[in-house]
Amino acid sequence: MIREADDTLTIFERSKEGRRAFVAPVLDVPPRSIDELLPPELRRTEPARLPEVAEPEIVRHYNRLSKRNFDLDTGFYPLGSCTMKHNPKLHERIAALPGHARMHPLQDPRRAQGALELMWRLQDALGEIAGLPHVTLQPSAGSQGELAGVLLTRAFHEDRGEHRTKVLTPDTAHGTNPATVTMGGYEVVKVVSDAHGNVDLDDLRAKADEDVACLMLTNPSTLGLFETGIEEIERIVHGVGATLYYDGANLNAIMGISRPGDMGFDIVHFNLHKSFTQPHGGGGPGAGPVAVSDRIEPYLPRPQVVRREVTGNGAKAFFDLDYDRPKSIGRLRGFQGNYGVFVRSYAYIRSLGAPGLRDASETAVLNANYLLARLRREGVMEYLPAAYDRLCMHEFVLSGEPMRRRLQVKTLDLAKRLLDHGVHPPTVYFPLIVEEALMVEPTETETKETLDHFAEIVAEILREAAEDPTVAQNAPYTTPVRRLDEAAAARRPIVRQAM
Amino acid sequence: MTRYTSATDADREEMLAQIGVGSVDELFGDIPGSLRLGRELALGDGLSEQEVFEEFRALAERNTSAEDEISFLGAGMYDHYMPALIDSIISRSEFLTPYTPYQPEISQGGLQAMFEYQTAISELTGLPVSNASVYEGPSAVAAAGYVAKATNNRRRFVISRGVHPHARETLRTHAHAWGMEVVEAPLAGGVTELPELGEDVSAVIVQQPNFLGAVEDLASIARLAHDAGALAIASCDPLPLAVLKTPGECGVDIAVGEGQSLGNRLDFGGPSFGFFAASDALMRRMPGRIAGETVDVDGKRGFVLTLQTREQHIRREKATSNICTAQALNALAGVIYLSWLGRRGVVELVELMLQRTAYARDRLTHLAGVTPLHGRPVVREFAVELGAPVGEVIERCREQGVNPGYPLWRDYPEHADGLLIALTERRTRADIDRLADVLGAAVSAARESVGAST
Repeated sequence: MIREADDTLTIFERSKEGRRAFVAPVLDVPPRSIDELLPPELRRTEPARLPEVAEPEIVRHYNRLSKRNFDLDTGFYPLGSCTMKHNPKLHERIAALPGHARMHPLQDPRRAQGALELMWRLQDALGEIAGLPHVTLQPSAGSQGELAGVLLTRAFHEDRGEHRTKVLTPDTAHGTNPATVTMGGYEVVKVVSDAHGNVDLDDLRAKADEDVACLMLTNPSTLGLFETGIEEIERIVHGVGATLYYDGANLNAIMGISRPGDMGFDIVHFNLHKSFTQPHGGGGPGAGPVAVSDRIEPYLPRPQVVRREVTGNGAKAFFDLDYDRPKSIGRLRGFQGNYGVFVRSYAYIRSLGAPGLRDASETAVLNANYLLARLRREGVMEYLPAAYDRLCMHEFVLSGEPMRRRLQVKTLDLAKRLLDHGVHPPTVYFPLIVEEALMVEPTETETKETLDHFAEIVAEILREAAEDPTVAQNAPYTTPVRRLDEAAAARRPIVRQAM
Repeated sequence: MTRYTSATDADREEMLAQIGVGSVDELFGDIPGSLRLGRELALGDGLSEQEVFEEFRALAERNTSAEDEISFLGAGMYDHYMPALIDSIISRSEFLTPYTPYQPEISQGGLQAMFEYQTAISELTGLPVSNASVYEGPSAVAAAGYVAKATNNRRRFVISRGVHPHARETLRTHAHAWGMEVVEAPLAGGVTELPELGEDVSAVIVQQPNFLGAVEDLASIARLAHDAGALAIASCDPLPLAVLKTPGECGVDIAVGEGQSLGNRLDFGGPSFGFFAASDALMRRMPGRIAGETVDVDGKRGFVLTLQTREQHIRREKATSNICTAQALNALAGVIYLSWLGRRGVVELVELMLQRTAYARDRLTHLAGVTPLHGRPVVREFAVELGAPVGEVIERCREQGVNPGYPLWRDYPEHADGLLIALTERRTRADIDRLADVLGAAVSAARESVGAST
């Protein structure tokens, strides 16, 4: 039997001198002295101490590690604002086709027509979903999409000779929004929420002035609520000449139902790893395309994928990379973006089509409201009330404050006890304006039975906590490790294997 | 219902009844009527799985991939052989489908893989702290610049013209927003020639080997940077680091780079990963996730995301970066690849490329009209001047099924007929001989046609 401790040995600790998995191809050119090719003063003195292991041990090592991960293909993952919907298996197959996977990014565009057409069609589809005519696929992730939005705003104002210094973000915003604002060279000004969870319009009016470059808004918000005052927000923001930025983290609620462009947003970022099924990979990769209005278009990053019309006898339009963009903010990264992600997300859009995308959003909202309704029951709602007593969109936020007060069980404890029941906990302690927050996003790909089961588990944990709160306080019990000492890890960081 | 959703009509009715509304439409009542789309998106109907597969296969067939020609294209991404075990491991749903490991008790596999990855990057770069990955190479250069800015608050970057043109442009995009200036240091004889460094220089940024393939004298560059009180940042091709003096040994403060060549596909440019390693002094200023070792309440070894007070979800506008999710799956492929190569294999692989590159450089620069662009030591990539219009030469080679490399005219107008040629272990002597034959003939023909037209 394998000892428990063996599971935490690293690949470096499994190394033994002389073992190998790699056998080099034969040296088929006349060998020359390495000293002659690369003088000793340019060479490293000690080899990199990489592991020495044969293939069977590498495979077994990582398979063992994999069994110490919980994943979406195994169980319910209602992590709010992360849109953990099913990742279709087809996508992995088509992304692996050599014509996609072994395609060099600097291939001559004339020999990359399939890839460029795919990107062009994805741009077109995302533009239609956003209700904005121009799209760049370049940003690598949502956070880079946000930065693109802030830099586009800067370029837009500078082109008009305006130098603005502040960006508004609601107090419910994801942490990336204010972090991005700082990276984009602006000062963050926080706008508070009102009693219904909407942006407080009076506070917004008071803070919106000619120094404000942009309002970054998530709609539906991180509370899972649609901003009912969005039309007035648009008037206030545009009234002072600022841009209105849409954080697409929660787009899964409104695909084919309502469009950010029609709400007056100038700039929208998408998370292809959320609404458009790119697998999250345990923390990436993703992609964060950005859609913009006509007035922002001149500043989009370079190069842009374009379709060039050709006139003349039998000439066909072709797809190309356009570098000739004098007002562009420039590049945000190398090459053309995360193409492998584009393949998967465009396949998803083709699979669902317009009715399917609308159905996905409708079902996501139905599932969230149903789960919320199932949790509005005796034995649950007195401990875990909804933060706002409204219908929700694709996610909802509960407050564990009464649970902590009455049962001495914190939201963290509930989350850890959920692990013992084989489900991933919701997002916890976010948004910051809700005490002991739990943010639940079931997504459309879960069955009613799964939602019922989750509601039962929450009720069961609360029943158990009313009898003996220490059970939850000390959870989990059945996981590969129990609660970990994060404070010690931060105090004396061990960030690599000691050799 | 779509094939990815399960709510039947009966389910819907039960669910709506439980919610207490009459229709799904009522759930969207908060959206003002004027903002409701009121029509279907103009995206057409959905397709069956089989139809989608055929459509995407047809698109793939319209691309010329490294499968279809003998390709010497590199310039930042390289056609290496990927061992079968990588796909086998990274396609496991336990690695493919979880989110960022916010719940460490059920994420030990991913967290330990990050820890192992960080160790491997530390070993390659000779720097003590690696994060768990950033997006990719060029934006990693900008991220390193942001650390320099936060460290010394100076107003100018000096970046070598030997740094990848995409990275230079990416740094400029970011630096503009930070109110910082970007100055390019020229190349002389193929390597960086630093200007006088003033007290306003925040960081000196070079690439190893540089874009034209030349190995830079990193130690001297780092010394000059430090003499001026600036940070030294190196963007590195990770495989050559198996034989080159490490950034750590050279005194470099931050080593970053494009990780694609470590076990990741070309994928037309992404997703891959960027690596980011630094000195101990900069640990708490680093962007991105970092996995650390600790113990659980029973004293059992475990791994967590650590130093999170740097990060955006805790520190918001005071965070060291806005990066959150990066490239965990791609970095996992990276550490599997490095484990597969192993301590001796990684050197054998790079030495094989070194030998074949030397052979190729020798063969090609003996062709009539072809001259070396520089004579510095190289590892896996080198540049030549063709003495003939590069576009025409490339076209002629491609008619013979050979892609001879990357033309330099767009990024280096001073080398209008320059060609950058990259090798991996997949390009054999037979491929190199074929390139020499085809390129030699193409250069002669192009020179003749130019001669004929003048």
